Amino acid sequence: MAIGLHESEFKNPVIRWVDARLPVFTMMQKEYGTFPTPRNFNYFWNFGGLALVNLVIMIATGIFLAMNYTAHVNFAFDSVERIMRDVNYGWLLRYVHANGASMFFIVIYIHIWRALYYGSYKAPRELLFMLGVVIFLLMMATAFLGYVLPWGQMSFWGATVITNLFSAIPLVGESIVTWLWGGFSVDNPTLNRFYSLHYLLPFVTFGVVFLHIAALHITGSNNPLGIDPKGPQDTLPFHPYYTAKDSVGLIVYFIVFAALVFFAPNLLGHPDNYTPANPLVTPPHIVPEWYFLPFYAILRAVPDKLGGVILMGGSIMILFILPWLDTSPIRSMRFRPLARIALLVWLVSFFVLMYCGAKPPEEPWVLIARLATLYYFAYFLVILPALGAKERGLPLPASISMPVLRGGGPLPAGAMAKPMEKA
Amino acid sequence: MADTLAQHGAPQVPGHGPAVDPGGEGGTRRDFLYLTTAAFTVVGVGALAVPFIASMNPSRDVLALASTEVDLSPIAVGSAVTIVWRGKPVFVRRRTAEEVQAARQTPLSELPDPAPDQSRVKKDEWLVLLGVCTHLGCVPLGQKPSDSRGEFGGWFCPCHGSHYDTSGRIRKGPAPANLAVPDYVFTSDTQIRIG
Ligand code: HEM
Ligand code: FES
Repeated sequence: MAIGLHESEFKNPVIRWVDARLPVFTMMQKEYGTFPTPRNFNYFWNFGGLALVNLVIMIATGIFLAMNYTAHVNFAFDSVERIMRDVNYGWLLRYVHANGASMFFIVIYIHIWRALYYGSYKAPRELLFMLGVVIFLLMMATAFLGYVLPWGQMSFWGATVITNLFSAIPLVGESIVTWLWGGFSVDNPTLNRFYSLHYLLPFVTFGVVFLHIAALHITGSNNPLGIDPKGPQDTLPFHPYYTAKDSVGLIVYFIVFAALVFFAPNLLGHPDNYTPANPLVTPPHIVPEWYFLPFYAILRAVPDKLGGVILMGGSIMILFILPWLDTSPIRSMRFRPLARIALLVWLVSFFVLMYCGAKPPEEPWVLIARLATLYYFAYFLVILPALGAKERGLPLPASISMPVLRGGGPLPAGAMAKPMEKA
Repeated sequence: MADTLAQHGAPQVPGHGPAVDPGGEGGTRRDFLYLTTAAFTVVGVGALAVPFIASMNPSRDVLALASTEVDLSPIAVGSAVTIVWRGKPVFVRRRTAEEVQAARQTPLSELPDPAPDQSRVKKDEWLVLLGVCTHLGCVPLGQKPSDSRGEFGGWFCPCHGSHYDTSGRIRKGPAPANLAVPDYVFTSDTQIRIG
């Protein structure tokens, strides 16, 4: 082995030649082949991989849409219609891209919820979790920018309302909005820069995803029990065990995705966006895409402009300090009888907000949204800190392998009595 | 001498004199160089960022958008027209005597953004406003006869429910300010120029 070359373990001479000079194969083998992974993952652990696949799908379809899309106020709407009608398989590319955004948010919401339930945000994974929140913000920005591109009524008025959020900032707000627009209203300069950024941000996201995974491979994965693996008996090599398990989830994911694209491609969209943008007429009821509804409901729940904007931003920013708000040393909610209920109620409040966000700003929806907003924040700011100090957790198992492999120790009564029926 | 450097944690550089600050303030010459370099980098990057950020502000052609002339003669009492100025709708309403009166009789203490009606018009009958809700920028309803005009007879913004009165002042809802009055002049009795 010449000096300076990496000691490769691969037998194939070509792979070995490359690997000795640039050990990417060794790295892949280490990070995705033999990588020791807790043996007790449930299907909630599929969603990170699904998110990565989804990002790749968005970039692939996006690049091909971009070949036929025209970012100009006079042509954008028609160019999208042309993609739908005249471009070969253009309808497929666009429906996969538009529904892919919805799928992306479904996947990410489950992925985040998994982290909340199993305490994956706690030490030592705080930074890993925070990078995840950054990815979520980038995704939201990208989806918002993308939704403006077809230049329908919802595109235009969504862009107007969201950019105007910045006008709530005291003193400099108006100048910031003019700067964002590049003019005095949402117009051609706005569309052009939104297109440029919509193209850019997914690649930035990709970079942060890389850091997210790099951080994951330092701390290792959390698991449903929330306890650390104590040795090789608690883990499995990633391949073939989790590549296989991930594939099962991937197939289910593709079935749902295909059902949307082929049978209900406009289910999650809004019909008003098939009306070309008209800067002089606001549609009577503007709503954002479904995945923004909870945050939109929080915005409208507050009767004050600046206050609404602050709470809306705060509802996501609060995730950045979550690792320090939850002081309980127990990770998994399986062993936290009270916090577990509080978190399930929080999930309900999230869906209630989503529902209210789609309703007109009238009673009783405003009141309901206010109560749900209150709980949303109380969970993080009051309940978690209080439970961290007060709650008595259930006893943790001694190791991951104990309940999984039945390696002695206390077992659930049913499992002992009839082992054959379980098999 | 080597000991002194090691204590300060500074790397030893052969052939160079002591990097220790003779004044004994704790900093070394090397620290000074690091700080100066960092300061120059920050200022340099900041200066370079200016053209990039400025390029996103309205360009000259956008700023040069001409002012707009409006002929008022076809507008009947009690009706309104919407015109486009700088890409935004401008509302011109020819108010009825009752509407003017309603606006004038409202005590300022009832207004979230107090402004007398007189300060918002050049001629009592003619109300000229930017048709952009001061909440988040929707176009309020109330221009067409069939539109809802809200609880105060002016305009109603459907987006988040802001009500404006017959002077375009905010009365109810999340909008923080009155509908803005653009710069305009009467060029004749039946003609205005906006901008
Ligand atoms: C994080 C990844 C991405 C997300 C969440 C996303 C989201 C969206 C959304 C929601 C739309 C509007 C779809 C519609 O209703 O018509 C859209 C449109 C578009 N996107 Fe993306 N996008 C992503 C990545 C990309 C990339 C990487 C490109 C280009 C390389 C791209 C190019 C386009 C184009 C050209 C359109 C306009 C055509 C259309 O409206 O279908 N997107 N995007
Ligand atoms: S934009 Fe008019 S009420 Fe929100």
